[in-house]
Amino acid sequence: MSDSTPESGAAAPRFEPFGFLRDLASRWDLAAFVVVIGLIAFLGNAARGMFVPLAQLRVTPMSLDPYFLPMYAARTTLRMLIALFASLVFTLTYATWAAKSERAGKLLVPILDILQSVPIFGFLSVTYVFFMSLAPGRVLGAEFASIFLIFTSQAWNMAFSFYQSLRTIPTELSEAAESFRLSPWMRFWQLEVPFGLPALIWNMMMSMSGGWFFVVASESISVGRTSVTLPGVGSYIALAIEQRNLKAIGWAILTMFLVILAYDQLLFRPLVAWVDRFRVEQEPGLREPQSWALTMMRRSRLIQAARLAFHATVLWTSRVVQRYDPPPPDPQGLRRSRGKDRIWVALVAVLVLLGVWRLAADLVSNTGLREFLHVVTLALLTMVRVFVLIGLASLIWVPIGVWVGLRPRVAEYVQPIAQFMAAFPANLLFPIAIYGIVVLKLKPDIWLSPLMILGTQWYILFNVIAGAAALPTELRYASANLGLRGWLWWRKVALPGVLPYYVTGAITASGGSWNAAQVAELVSWGHTTIEARGLGSYIADATAAGNFHHIVLGVGVMSLFVVALNRLFWRPLYYYAERKFRLT
Amino acid sequence: MNGSAALLKCTGIRKAFPKPDGGELLVLEGMDLEIHEGEIIGLLGRSGSGKSTLLRLIAGLAEPSAGELSYLGQPIYGPAPGIAMVFQSFALFPWLTVYENVALGLEAQRMPKAEIRKRSLAAIDLIGLDGFESAYPRELSGGMRQRVGFARALVVHPNILLMDEPFSALDVLTAETLRTDFLDLWSEGRMPIKGVVLVTHNIEEAVLMCDRILVFGSNPGRILSEIKVALPQPRNRLDPSFRDQVERIYVEMTARPTGSAAVGRQERFPGLGIGSVLPPVSSNAQAGLIEAVAAPPFNGKADLPEIASDLQMEIDELFPVAETLQMMRFAELEGGDLKITDDGLAFAHADQDERKRIFRRHLLAYVPLAAHIRRVLDERTSHSARKTRFIDELEDFMGEEDAEHTLRAVVHWGRYAEAFAYDDGNEVFSLENPS
Repeated sequence: MSDSTPESGAAAPRFEPFGFLRDLASRWDLAAFVVVIGLIAFLGNAARGMFVPLAQLRVTPMSLDPYFLPMYAARTTLRMLIALFASLVFTLTYATWAAKSERAGKLLVPILDILQSVPIFGFLSVTYVFFMSLAPGRVLGAEFASIFLIFTSQAWNMAFSFYQSLRTIPTELSEAAESFRLSPWMRFWQLEVPFGLPALIWNMMMSMSGGWFFVVASESISVGRTSVTLPGVGSYIALAIEQRNLKAIGWAILTMFLVILAYDQLLFRPLVAWVDRFRVEQEPGLREPQSWALTMMRRSRLIQAARLAFHATVLWTSRVVQRYDPPPPDPQGLRRSRGKDRIWVALVAVLVLLGVWRLAADLVSNTGLREFLHVVTLALLTMVRVFVLIGLASLIWVPIGVWVGLRPRVAEYVQPIAQFMAAFPANLLFPIAIYGIVVLKLKPDIWLSPLMILGTQWYILFNVIAGAAALPTELRYASANLGLRGWLWWRKVALPGVLPYYVTGAITASGGSWNAAQVAELVSWGHTTIEARGLGSYIADATAAGNFHHIVLGVGVMSLFVVALNRLFWRPLYYYAERKFRLT
Repeated sequence: MNGSAALLKCTGIRKAFPKPDGGELLVLEGMDLEIHEGEIIGLLGRSGSGKSTLLRLIAGLAEPSAGELSYLGQPIYGPAPGIAMVFQSFALFPWLTVYENVALGLEAQRMPKAEIRKRSLAAIDLIGLDGFESAYPRELSGGMRQRVGFARALVVHPNILLMDEPFSALDVLTAETLRTDFLDLWSEGRMPIKGVVLVTHNIEEAVLMCDRILVFGSNPGRILSEIKVALPQPRNRLDPSFRDQVERIYVEMTARPTGSAAVGRQERFPGLGIGSVLPPVSSNAQAGLIEAVAAPPFNGKADLPEIASDLQMEIDELFPVAETLQMMRFAELEGGDLKITDDGLAFAHADQDERKRIFRRHLLAYVPLAAHIRRVLDERTSHSARKTRFIDELEDFMGEEDAEHTLRAVVHWGRYAEAFAYDDGNEVFSLENPS
């Protein structure tokens, strides 16, 4: 979003042989060209598959031949991209609406807050049926369902972060925009979006890891008697599990590794490096994020041209959309708007009550109190699992994180690895663990549990690393100077110093683990199925049986637990840590 | 400077913010102001005197609760096209280059591209930013950033330029260069502006730049007096008539509020109820100022402008400390002078323990809130009381935020005086530590 800058201080022209060639295309253009065309071909091919009739899927069944893996990976990637784009559109509209309209915000923000903590994964089967009916007989319906699921794993926290950015725009920037009479449209693109971008991109990255988990889990699903298998890495894995093919699983893991690596290098690294300039704190950062892909994009004229076009569009649309100057204030208006407020609140209340009543009536008539108590017991079991696992993971990763964080050279290498591990869909690794459990005949109630935290423990690690790295150098010198060592040092310096960061990581890890429980408590290897008692396996069982009421009950109780834990445990802990131990 | 038609006219401006309890917080009252072509007007006052609020009302960024604002005879609703603003923190868009920042205001006006380019480059050129067009704000020093702020305001060819403490975020040298450059451009008539309103809390800056200075008082914000500065430009800070002008403003700003005819002993130390807002002035700052004034060359009595430049403190920093000393009866403040009382001198020469004893005596005698807290603690058998108890009491007199600040100030003083203890974790006052 920069450009049209006048050339400044042009040096005297120097003769260069074949200079015209240089003008035509820079070295970076070639690289950019190859990358762009390659991506288009890769994804375009995948897109064609979405529109074929459903029957085609049965005619061409999945194959475990690694030759097909690139194509499967492309389909998976495409789903991810579409979902990401949808999340972005949702974010820019929903969050803006919530922030701009006080009336709408009252309802939209709490909804977002709940959606954020509800494990939507459990509704997979319900959404599947719905979307299949939208495009009957076409793969598209199933694709929609899968994409919608990924969307639900990404959109909420992105929207939340953008909403918060909108609410925290520095007063003076906002006043500057106002006093130069920017139209709301221009204000949105020139002030609000750029200001919200850094946080939004960061949340997009966090969302991605959830997204990969879902995309893998949602490609192959059976609800009752209906079952669909969309071509993709997730289905490939499912097939490999069914056929007990460890080698194929290895191939899938390798493929996913490469795909995520590509996403990281081609999408997020450039984005992170690019948005660095959008940070409002104008002190030069410690170290600017680097990205070879961004360098390529900046230096390449092709991509530069695309960016210029975007910038020009923003400016052009700004010209088209007029500024609307409000009429002089009207004392009557205030009273009228208060009346409208009341109507709005009443409307919302009625809708909520209706919904609750419908749901309650439905559940009561179809499930008894005993079922409910049973589900609560299972939820408690899962809760114990989550807490024990978070505790264990903390015991391991906090000391390691602190050790790494205090050594910038090491952190430089470890931090990206930890972030990468967090993005890697842990469910791909499940088969290996399951294989072990089956072969060694271990107790599933205990040994299946670690799977829940396999993918989420990394949040603890990289947050602690960040916290330790942020420990002021002078504080470290001072404690060395005082001769603080051993346990005393941990108790008085390291642990309080990283606590706010640790809590952030633990919250994310806990939320993720609840979600993962639905996949991790019920697993199979070929025809062997092993199950750990808990809410996750309850939901998974209900899904397989197509028992709608049990699914709703299970997911409802899980949501209740997650929301209650957030409100009563994590949030107070977070504020306590922030208030007491935040150093900067 | 006068005679010509008013560019801007404010009559009977009042601004109040609603408080959560249904009352209102009065920020500005009875504000009358006219700005004529060719003059620089200074709004001088301490923070909280409402000068920035007035500037925002003129800019159309806020609406007055009562009164009228008109620009060239037209009432102001929302930002007017002929009024541009320069901000204290520069308020540049970090994601736009210098050129784009400057061009933004013109883009908003949907001016033809060629015209935007021509005018933006001219503004950049005028303000001395040549060669920095493609730089991002973060690559620039503070002074350069504020130059962008000026260019951005000037490019829209405003009639009135509003400046909200534009030099206060800069270091002394840079600020002076920018002021001089601005005054040069102004006196040469090279800027497309007809009038300037400058908000500042720096007395010297006001005298250096303004043709007319409006001195603001606090609680609620109002104009205390209007001072014409007739010195020819360029002005010299060392010129005796310049110093004289500065001194007069200091006297003006430390004068008792008008209306109190009887100047008894009590009057000189404004009476404080339990509901007065207390300033966040640490015991160290108080001790520091007492020591500085007690020592040579002041020997117990200092001229405020002198002590201000001696300690390199702006009035915004100096006045609260001086007034706290006055409240604690460690000093008297009058006619632009700060005179240390006998107890103040005793404090200056005492050792640490003795200082605490003197401080405690004065705190409990002259700060009713501190005395009140101590009394409550003494009366209770548990010798402890929750913070909320006092917050609730304070909120009968002041806003939530002020109550919080006031309590924080009294906690600090009480701790230093060892008059009572406070545990922030439990939010409980007690008599644990003190004797």
